Amino acid sequence: MTPATVSKRRFDMPAILAWFIVAMVIVGLFSRIFEPDLGVMDVPRLSICLVILGIAAVRYELGFMRNRFGDLVLGLVTAISAWLLIGAATRYEGEAALGFWALTAATWAASWLFVERLAIWKTASPAAARLVNLAIPALFGIAILLLWEVIVTGAGVPKVLLPAPSEIWVRLATSVPTLWADFQQTFLKAVLAGYAMGCGSAFLIAILVDRVPFLRRGLLPIGNLVSALPIIGVAPIMVMWFGFDWPSKAAVVVIMTFFPMLVNTVSGLAASDAMQRDLMRTYASNYWQTLFKLRLPMAMPFIFNALKINSTLALIGAIVAEFFGTPIVGMGFRISTEVGRMNVDMVWAEIAIAALAGSLFYGIIALLERAVTFWHPSIRG
Amino acid sequence: MTDTTLSSPRTNLSPFAGLMSGTVGPVTVVVLAILAIWYIAAAALNTPFQQDMYERAGQEHVQFTQLIADTWAQERPVLPAPHQVVVEIWNTTVEKKITSKRSLIYHSSITLSSTLLGFLIGTTLGILLAVGIVHSRVLDKSLMPWIISSQTIPILAIAPMIIVVLNAIGVSGLLPKAMISTYLSFFPVTVGMVKGLRSPEVIHMDLMHTYSATRVQAFWKLRLPYAVPFLFTSMKIGMAASLVGAIVGELPTGAVAGLGARLLAGSYYGQTIQIWSALIVAAILAGSLVALIGIMEKVALKRMGMAQ
Repeated sequence: MTPATVSKRRFDMPAILAWFIVAMVIVGLFSRIFEPDLGVMDVPRLSICLVILGIAAVRYELGFMRNRFGDLVLGLVTAISAWLLIGAATRYEGEAALGFWALTAATWAASWLFVERLAIWKTASPAAARLVNLAIPALFGIAILLLWEVIVTGAGVPKVLLPAPSEIWVRLATSVPTLWADFQQTFLKAVLAGYAMGCGSAFLIAILVDRVPFLRRGLLPIGNLVSALPIIGVAPIMVMWFGFDWPSKAAVVVIMTFFPMLVNTVSGLAASDAMQRDLMRTYASNYWQTLFKLRLPMAMPFIFNALKINSTLALIGAIVAEFFGTPIVGMGFRISTEVGRMNVDMVWAEIAIAALAGSLFYGIIALLERAVTFWHPSIRG
Repeated sequence: MTDTTLSSPRTNLSPFAGLMSGTVGPVTVVVLAILAIWYIAAAALNTPFQQDMYERAGQEHVQFTQLIADTWAQERPVLPAPHQVVVEIWNTTVEKKITSKRSLIYHSSITLSSTLLGFLIGTTLGILLAVGIVHSRVLDKSLMPWIISSQTIPILAIAPMIIVVLNAIGVSGLLPKAMISTYLSFFPVTVGMVKGLRSPEVIHMDLMHTYSATRVQAFWKLRLPYAVPFLFTSMKIGMAASLVGAIVGELPTGAVAGLGARLLAGSYYGQTIQIWSALIVAAILAGSLVALIGIMEKVALKRMGMAQ
C-alpha cells in the first residue's frame, strides 16, 4: 500500500534534489571554500568535485540517462566527490567556509538522489531485490559516517567533544587487547550468564504459571506492572549483595530479563486456539504431548519476541550495573573512566564494540527465530 | 481454554471460588506472598550481621523473636524490611519540606521534569519520523532498519558521556538528561505510529481515493485517527523508557539531585534503606505516569467513539 495510490504525486522529489545540487554547486562556485581566502579553483580536488556534481545534476535535470547506467554513474560521482571532500577537509582542517558546506550539502543530496533512484529499480529476480533492499540502508549508514567525518574535520570540532570516525577506528585497531578483555568480562561472562539464567528461569516459571490458573491471574498483572518499572535501579543493591565482580552484573541482567520473558511466554502459551487443542484431544494426547507438540511451537513467536527485547536489555543492564562498582575491567567501567580522562575516542570505540555485539546478538536470535518458526506467516512471507 | 473449562467445576466447589476467580483475589494473594517472602528474606539475610553485633556486645542466648525484631530494625541492613522502607519514604516526603535536599519529592520532581521533557521531545520526534517513513519510500527503506538497530546500541552506556560532553560545552541542567530520555522514548513511538498509520485497510484508502482526497486530507481524516490507539500504547512504553533514561542520566552528574543521584549516593554510603525508598518512589512514579496515559487513552478513545 504505497501512498502514491491515494493521490497523484504533487512534487517530484528527485527533480527537487537535482535542482538543489545545482544551486549548491553555484553557491560553491561563487563563495569562499576555505578560510582565510581560498576559492574553489584554488583547491584542485574540490574543483573536480564541483564539476562532476554539477554535470551529474544537470544531466539528470535534462533527462539524459535516466536509466540504470545513469544511476550507477550518479553513485560513482557521489562516492568520488565524498572521497575528494574528505581529502580536502583533512588538508585544511577546521578552516571550512560556506562554499565547502555547500559542496557537502550537494554531495549529500546526490547520495539521496542515488538512493531515491535505487528505490524505484524494478528487479526481476528476488535475490537482486533483496540485495537492493540491503544496499539502501547500508548506503544510508555509510553516508552518515562520511558526513560525520567531513563535518568533524571540516569544522575542526575538538576531539574531546566528538572524534571523527577515522580516529575512532584507529583507536579501536590499536587497543584490541583492552577491548577484548572488557568484552570478555561484560559480555561473555555477565551478559550471557545472566541472559541464560533470566530467560531460562522465566520460561520454566511461565510453564508452571500456565498450569495453575490462579497464579496466572495473580502474577500476570504484577508482571505487566514490573515490566514498566525502572528495574535498572536494583543495580546498586545487586552490587552490594554479590560483590564487584561479574556475578552482580549477571544478577541485574537476570532481574531485567525475567519479566518480559515471563509475560511473553505466558501469553504465547495461550496463543493456540480451541480448535487446535480440540484436535489434540481427539488424538488423546496428554498435557505434555499437547505442550510440546502444539502449545510451545505456537508460543515460539512470542518467546522469540521476548528473547529479542531481552538481548538489548541484558547488554544495557550489565553496562549500567558496572557504573556502580567493578573490578578494573569491563565495558561500563572503561566508558566511565575514559570519560573522566577525556579519552572520548576510546569511549566511542567501546560503544562501537557494544553496538556491534548487541546487533550480532540480536541478529543471531533473529536467525534462530527464522529457523524455528519457519511455519509462521510473517516468515513464510 | 480447554484446561480452564475442565478445571472450573472443581474450583467452584471451594467456598472461596467467587473471590478467587477474578483478578483482584489472586493479585492480592500474590502481593501478600511477595511481602511475606520479603520479610523472611530480610530476616534471613540480616541475621549474620545481627549475630555478629550480639557477639560483640557480649550478649548470648538472644531469644529468637528478639533476633527477628532486631533484623527488621537495623540501620544499614542488607535487605531492609518493607516497613522500614515505608517509614523512610514517609519521613522523606511528608515530614520534610519540599525544598529540602533530603526530600524525595524534591528529587522526584527533578527526575520527573527531565522525564517529561524528554518524553515530549521523543514523542514528537517519533511521530514526525513515522509520518516521514509512511509517506516516503526512500525514508522507509533507508531509515527504518537503522531505527531498529539504533535500539540494539546500549544507549544507556553512552548516557554519562553525553552528559559530560554537553557539560563541557556549557549545556547543563535539564536538556542533556532529557536527550537520553528522548532517545529511549522515540523508538517505540516511531514503530507504533508507523504500524498505526499503515493500519487503514485498502478499502478505506480506496474510499478516500474515490473522494479525490489529497494525501494531506487522507492523513488527517483517515490515517491519523486510525493511528491513535497505537500511539497511546506506544506512549505508555515510551514513558516508562524515558523515566529509566532520566534516572540513568542522573548517575554520572556526580550525585547532585534526582532519584538516580539518590541511588548513587545510597550505594556510595551503604544506605540501603535510602536506595530502596528511591527505588520504590521511582516505581510509584512510573506506575502513575503510565496510568495517567491510560486514563488519557480511555478519554480520547471514548470521545473518538473507538472505545471497546
